[in-house]
Amino acid sequence: MAEAAALPTTEAVLGRSLWADAKARLFRNRAAVASMVVLAAIAIACLFGPLLTTHAYDRVHQDYVRTPPSLFAYPQPDQIRPAAERVAARMRARAEAIAVEGDALRLTLTAQRPIDERLLAFFDRSDLFGPARVIERAEEGRRLAVEVPVERRYFLFGTDANGRDLLTRTLIAGRVSLAIGFLATAVSITIGVVYGAVSGYLGGRVDLLMMRLVDILYALPFIFFVIMLVVFFGRNFVLMFIAVGAVEWLDMARIVRGQTLSIKRQEYVQAAEALGVTTSGILRRHIIPNTLGPVIVYMTLLVPKVILLESFLSFLGLGVQEPMTSWGVLISDGAKNIQGAAYMLIFPSLFLVATLFALNFIGDGLRDALDPKDR
Amino acid sequence: MLPFILRRFLSAIPTLFLIVTISFFLIRLAPGGPFDLEQPLEAKVMENLRRIYKLDRPLIEQYGLYLGALLRGDFGPSFYFRDFTIGELFARGLPVSMMLGALALGFAILIGGALGTLAAFRQNSAADYAVMALGTAGLTIPNFVVAPVLQIVFALMLGVLPVGGWNDGAVRNLVLPVVTLALPQIAVVARMTRAAMIETLRSNHIRTLRSLGLPNGVIVRHATRGAALPVVSYLGPAAAALLTGSVVVETIFGLPGVGRYFVEGALNRDYTLVMGTVVLVAVFVLLFNLVVDILYALIDPRVRYE
Repeated sequence: MAEAAALPTTEAVLGRSLWADAKARLFRNRAAVASMVVLAAIAIACLFGPLLTTHAYDRVHQDYVRTPPSLFAYPQPDQIRPAAERVAARMRARAEAIAVEGDALRLTLTAQRPIDERLLAFFDRSDLFGPARVIERAEEGRRLAVEVPVERRYFLFGTDANGRDLLTRTLIAGRVSLAIGFLATAVSITIGVVYGAVSGYLGGRVDLLMMRLVDILYALPFIFFVIMLVVFFGRNFVLMFIAVGAVEWLDMARIVRGQTLSIKRQEYVQAAEALGVTTSGILRRHIIPNTLGPVIVYMTLLVPKVILLESFLSFLGLGVQEPMTSWGVLISDGAKNIQGAAYMLIFPSLFLVATLFALNFIGDGLRDALDPKDR
Repeated sequence: MLPFILRRFLSAIPTLFLIVTISFFLIRLAPGGPFDLEQPLEAKVMENLRRIYKLDRPLIEQYGLYLGALLRGDFGPSFYFRDFTIGELFARGLPVSMMLGALALGFAILIGGALGTLAAFRQNSAADYAVMALGTAGLTIPNFVVAPVLQIVFALMLGVLPVGGWNDGAVRNLVLPVVTLALPQIAVVARMTRAAMIETLRSNHIRTLRSLGLPNGVIVRHATRGAALPVVSYLGPAAAALLTGSVVVETIFGLPGVGRYFVEGALNRDYTLVMGTVVLVAVFVLLFNLVVDILYALIDPRVRYE
């Protein structure tokens, strides 16, 4: 005891596990760290942004169809007068002495016959104005002085062909796209890992059969497969990502099988077998945890692939249905409106591409971090 | 070598048979039929249609009939494009798709390979980073974004190229679709070539060449062989996918290829069209896997097929 105490080693040597090492290396990769920040920002924006935009994603603004994006509030000053005249015309009256004072509009309505005051609801029905208030009646109701509040709205990303706020829709679409991306990836990873591990570990005829099935599914045209799944399940949002996940597990199964083949020859697996651990126990405790390195790398690269696939399906009209939306749907809408409203393509594309970039950089970073050959 | 090719051909037959079987029953199990229109047809008309197309027979018999016809090379009549057989549809569309795909593939190999080699030789230089950035961009920007952007810039703003259309394969009409198809492939090929090239450049025989003071051209020639292997194995399935057409590109540019038949066939329950596209793609995939294996043996003398 005394001898041990006299030894000069004062602190234990800290072991560096593979994971700690990988983490340190990942955080040294600037592109990967920046990507993680970007991805987190997009995720938070999509999650909480729609609460702050003051618009509902499915609210249609008839008076603001394909409104270009602007940092200033709508209606713009030159829009108020014609809009007020339009409303007056619908009331069969003429608008005179139109004056804008701050957030209110004062005007005088004149007509041949007395004006039905219930028609003032037309002001409220317009997206530009609030409920109108009569200040003064003259000439037996043929002349009304009216004060109408002007409703200010912001369309930072503009509006779509139905007059819905594109910012809110882009963020809501982000929720859908990200959710599908991560859930479908989880589905395909689960299927792929279990399938590959079982196939590789059992080996022999089972392996041959299981891998032959994978080969066959590979040769099936993949679009056909997805379309068939969508046809079977209907255009259902929840089943969408199961369909996508059910298609994307093939690569994963191959990767995990390859890993399993080398792992099952390791001493610790043989020791477990000698101790009589059940097959499922060995798979759960020894095989699958040791295949996780490549699986995680592949997973980060699969998420963008799945998001792209979902966008592609939505682009074809097979994915998410209106009024729900996803980035693919928005991009497809934007592509139809490029001539007059290019911003409808640009904003969702920016979000999608930024997300995909970030995920790819994280994936590359993880691969570099987890590859022990790279030390 | 020849016995190997023969054996691979033989082993492709059961795979193809299984693919045909699975997709035949899958599409038949799907709800709806080819003649389900918005307004239902009269019962008598429906019955006649079903008899003409032999849909009234038991499923197993239909399956047998289809297999028999397929063996004679007959894909059957289309249910949706009336008056056309699947063979005629493919005869019209396949040359278009294959031409676009082959051009895109050629550009992908040439440009992607050159960029990847350049990046590997100048690793961690500005050129390398530029190639890698281009590679990531090509991978992440979906083609249904690239295509409309190209249309805006070159057709609407600059007015130098047509927005779309086939126009009997005029070069002006080919540029935008081929670029759209080729960009992601260029990106992947460049990335893969770079990675494989870096690996090869570290190997002994390249170090020997370097120590002999040989010019870069000679080193590239020797390294290309080693670096080509992973790229070739990627290009097999990619070539099959490119040559059988792209739904997105054909839809956006309005081209009469076979890519859109996948979606149209499945959505309209055009049974024979779906089966035709499945067989078409499967044959291409199997064929190109074989080509990849043969190329492997040609490129790498260590690979032997007995």
